[in-house]
Amino acid sequence: MSLQNTFGRSLVAVRSWPFFTDMAVGACGLTVFFGMIQLGSYWLTRPVPAVEISHSVRALPLYAFYSIARIGIAYLLSLIFAVSYGYVAAYNPRVEAWMIAVLDILQSIPVLSFLPGVMLAMMALVPGHQLGIEMGSILLIFTGQVWNMAFSFYSSLKGIPREMIEASRIYRYSAWQRFWQLEMPFAAIGLIWNSIVSVAGGWFFLIACEMFPLGNRFFRLPGLGSYLQTAASADPVDMHALLWGLGVLVLIIVATDQLIWRPLIAWSDKFKFEQVESASRVTSPILALMQRSSFLTRLPARAWGGLEERIYHRLSTTRECRVVQPVEDSSKRGGRMLQTWLAIFAGLVVVWGAREAARILHGVAWADIRLLFLGAGATFLRVNAALAIAASWTIPVGVAIGFNPRLARILQPVTQVVASVPATALFPVLLLGLIRIGGGLGLGSIALMLLGTQWYILFNVIAGAMAIPSDLKEAASLYRFSRWQRWTTLILPGIFPYLITGLVTASGGAWNASIVAEYFHIGNRTMQTLGLGAQISAATDSGKFSTLLLATVLMALMVITVNRLVWRRLYRLAETRYKLEG
Amino acid sequence: MQQVELKNGPQSADREAIIRAAKIEKYYAQPSENRIQVISPTDLSIVPGEIVALLGPSGSGKSTMLRMLSGLSRPSAGEVYWHEKPIANAEINVSIVFQTFALFPWLTVLENVEAPLRARGVGPAERHERSMKMLDTVGLDGFEAAYPKELSGGMRQRVGFARALVVEPEVLFMDEPFSALDVLTAENLRSELLELWAKKTMPTKAVFLVTHNIEEAVLLADRIIVLGRNPGHIRTDFKVQLAQPRDRKSEPFTQLVDYIYKVLTRPGVVPAEAPEQQLGPRIRDQRQMRYQMLPHARPGGMAGLLELLLDKGGRDDIYRLADDLAFEIDDLLPIVDAAQLLGFLKIEEGDAAITESGAEFANSEILRQKELFREAAQQNVLLLRQIRRALESKSDHTVPEDFFLDMLDEQFSEEESLRQMETAVTWGRYAELFDFDAGRRRFVMPDALEEEIAADEEAE
Repeated sequence: MSLQNTFGRSLVAVRSWPFFTDMAVGACGLTVFFGMIQLGSYWLTRPVPAVEISHSVRALPLYAFYSIARIGIAYLLSLIFAVSYGYVAAYNPRVEAWMIAVLDILQSIPVLSFLPGVMLAMMALVPGHQLGIEMGSILLIFTGQVWNMAFSFYSSLKGIPREMIEASRIYRYSAWQRFWQLEMPFAAIGLIWNSIVSVAGGWFFLIACEMFPLGNRFFRLPGLGSYLQTAASADPVDMHALLWGLGVLVLIIVATDQLIWRPLIAWSDKFKFEQVESASRVTSPILALMQRSSFLTRLPARAWGGLEERIYHRLSTTRECRVVQPVEDSSKRGGRMLQTWLAIFAGLVVVWGAREAARILHGVAWADIRLLFLGAGATFLRVNAALAIAASWTIPVGVAIGFNPRLARILQPVTQVVASVPATALFPVLLLGLIRIGGGLGLGSIALMLLGTQWYILFNVIAGAMAIPSDLKEAASLYRFSRWQRWTTLILPGIFPYLITGLVTASGGAWNASIVAEYFHIGNRTMQTLGLGAQISAATDSGKFSTLLLATVLMALMVITVNRLVWRRLYRLAETRYKLEG
Repeated sequence: MQQVELKNGPQSADREAIIRAAKIEKYYAQPSENRIQVISPTDLSIVPGEIVALLGPSGSGKSTMLRMLSGLSRPSAGEVYWHEKPIANAEINVSIVFQTFALFPWLTVLENVEAPLRARGVGPAERHERSMKMLDTVGLDGFEAAYPKELSGGMRQRVGFARALVVEPEVLFMDEPFSALDVLTAENLRSELLELWAKKTMPTKAVFLVTHNIEEAVLLADRIIVLGRNPGHIRTDFKVQLAQPRDRKSEPFTQLVDYIYKVLTRPGVVPAEAPEQQLGPRIRDQRQMRYQMLPHARPGGMAGLLELLLDKGGRDDIYRLADDLAFEIDDLLPIVDAAQLLGFLKIEEGDAAITESGAEFANSEILRQKELFREAAQQNVLLLRQIRRALESKSDHTVPEDFFLDMLDEQFSEEESLRQMETAVTWGRYAELFDFDAGRRRFVMPDALEEEIAADEEAE
């Protein structure tokens, strides 16, 4: 066998490519190495809260690198956390319900309002180094992208067919083998798609949290976000730098899509849990190229193969690999202990939090509270206006794209990239335009929410329209349905579950966006409009922690209430009544 | 149930069981103190050298039983032993072939087969060699680099078998392994499995097959266990002594299928003994026999049905028959069952087929019909035979009804016993086996016979 393979490899045609790909891989490796050195030496310098940002185009690559490093580290952390959290939740029935509830709540909390607290905590944790501030911003990006990944991994684990689990038990797989041969492959596709969404969300927060005022202090980390923001808030606005920054950002996003996501999606095709091979597949030239690199295909097999054998050999003597473990009580052992500890821990946190909150909230004036509620109302209206506008254009466009496979094939990758461009980066440009034509932040904030969230709806509508079976469409045209009839009896019910999914995600995103959207420094001015998001930002600016806390809690409560009262019900309706089976 | 096991079941004592279940049961605790019993306490053992088939209606806990025996699920009470060691601590060596194949779609055929060896710490070279050999054995030579989704259902199940056999399991469990396959493929795989088993190509010592297909069980198994439901329990457990290869069309084979069919379709009744499978006459020990459940049908109805069937060329679908007669199927079934019990017709794949004696019965005039019915009843219906014997042996030729009711009560509910008796009286009167004095509640010899016997006695 191995002999044949070697011959196969030395065959013509592909011969010249492996050399170049190997060279490219080597160069990439060197770059990463120097990058790490650069990052390390920068992180270990004395803390400089407000780094001077150069507007020179030549500084851009370094800034881009810092930003990418932040996103990358935050993403890796998210991945590790999501996998561990999902794993523990799925296999510990005693704590499962709790962990999922926690996830649900954390997901609804506006991340950006935690910025000051997280920053201060991290700086206290790592005093004397730039690392502290960096960790703060990474942690914020992390909290922005981890929850949906954890959810995805958890629900994948719960969805593994029972007989597959039984097969892994009866053949006495170790937890290690089960993880790599069953759980991870089964969860891979969901995890990859959620990663794409998460990283796009990560850029959104990165731009917002690289530079921000906190009380009398001002934080600014070197990175693309700061670059864009300083360019926008310079007086006069540095249009040249702004456009350059945006260009680099779009370039990075397109490159990520082409170099990472596309190959990953194409590669993950083999993890599809299907009985027959599907006709349409995502292809990636990069993946093909990488698979042709003999360096990349052989080195891991050599290095990893030996290690792996040793791991399996060592594990085969453990109890798990000698005695068949029953499926049902997989890891109930110790569950009670874990539960008790968790309960104690949660109790302590709640008590401590309540005491602190009471202390902080002690001196809040009633007028402030009234203003907060007013702001909450205004933001609520704004969020829903954004959703309505988004739905009104994405539904017809999405359906048109979804019903036309050729159009879908061309437009989907393009829209995916466009959607990945963070709204926070486009916002300054947009706002400048709006000011020039005489609009204010009231309109501008809706526009930002729209920018950030309409894509979720669009993608879901496209997916929904594509999922409508063609025989139903044929029936509709056979019976000569009028346009109105087509929409009300076929299209809208057909895309309903997808539309709801998109709207839920969009609504969460819009609330979060309100924090950046309703309060903005541009040039030397601070623009502000009435809204809960503006109040959160203003409180951050002026260091009023009591208002900040109250506003955050209020926003979280509103998001959760709306979720429970509206979205969850619609979701159930979608799952029961409007589900297209088969 | 235990009695059935003792009487009919294999003598597990003469060979040491590989897996022995002692009073295992499964229930789910409810918050309200009541629990839902899925399987009532059951004893069962798997001994070397046999293919055991577990049959039962859906909901009888077949799969649960398999999972408890294989260590995948712990019984709520009772214990499963592996070579007399509790299974929770034993290093058991078993495999399962799954209904849905349960292959890992992201692994190639070879990697799928290698995976269990990997878990056991077998080195790469030996792993590869053993897996390739096993793939060769199941006829998948050359497919090692393919992914399961590129294969047909039958080939996928072959991979399932290769994966199961590559670890050389002592017991091979199969959970409806052929039910997801088309008929021909299933048939093919079944015979290949038998071949492997007969030639001892696989080191497996016992096979435990869960199926809902009666013919499949009779075709493959050395021993058949039938489960009942609510909660799951063993209804009958008997050996199949037909020589391999088995002919589906042979008389003993169809008899056995019929017998199991009857056991399965009459959940309320304690099953009769399995039909004798060897040739030659056998001595019946009536003390150990159990009463069959008599279907509540009138002989006239049977005659009508048989005549209709004869008109239809001797064979017709039961549902169509019901339609033609404008009967509810539930009303027709007792008549069909009764005719089947008397050997007048056979059930084959949902068709009722008239037998030779049935055809003769349908063609005869009334006196001859009574004669044929009498012969058939005495041969096939234990209760009627016993009543007749008792009448013959008593000097006054009468027996009280209570005598038989008491015996029936041991087996049926009081109400059912009365109904059984009622049917027996109808049949016995028709066959002129005996008469029944409803006033005194006593069976009596029919007048003509009585006189005859009396005359005989006087002559002596």
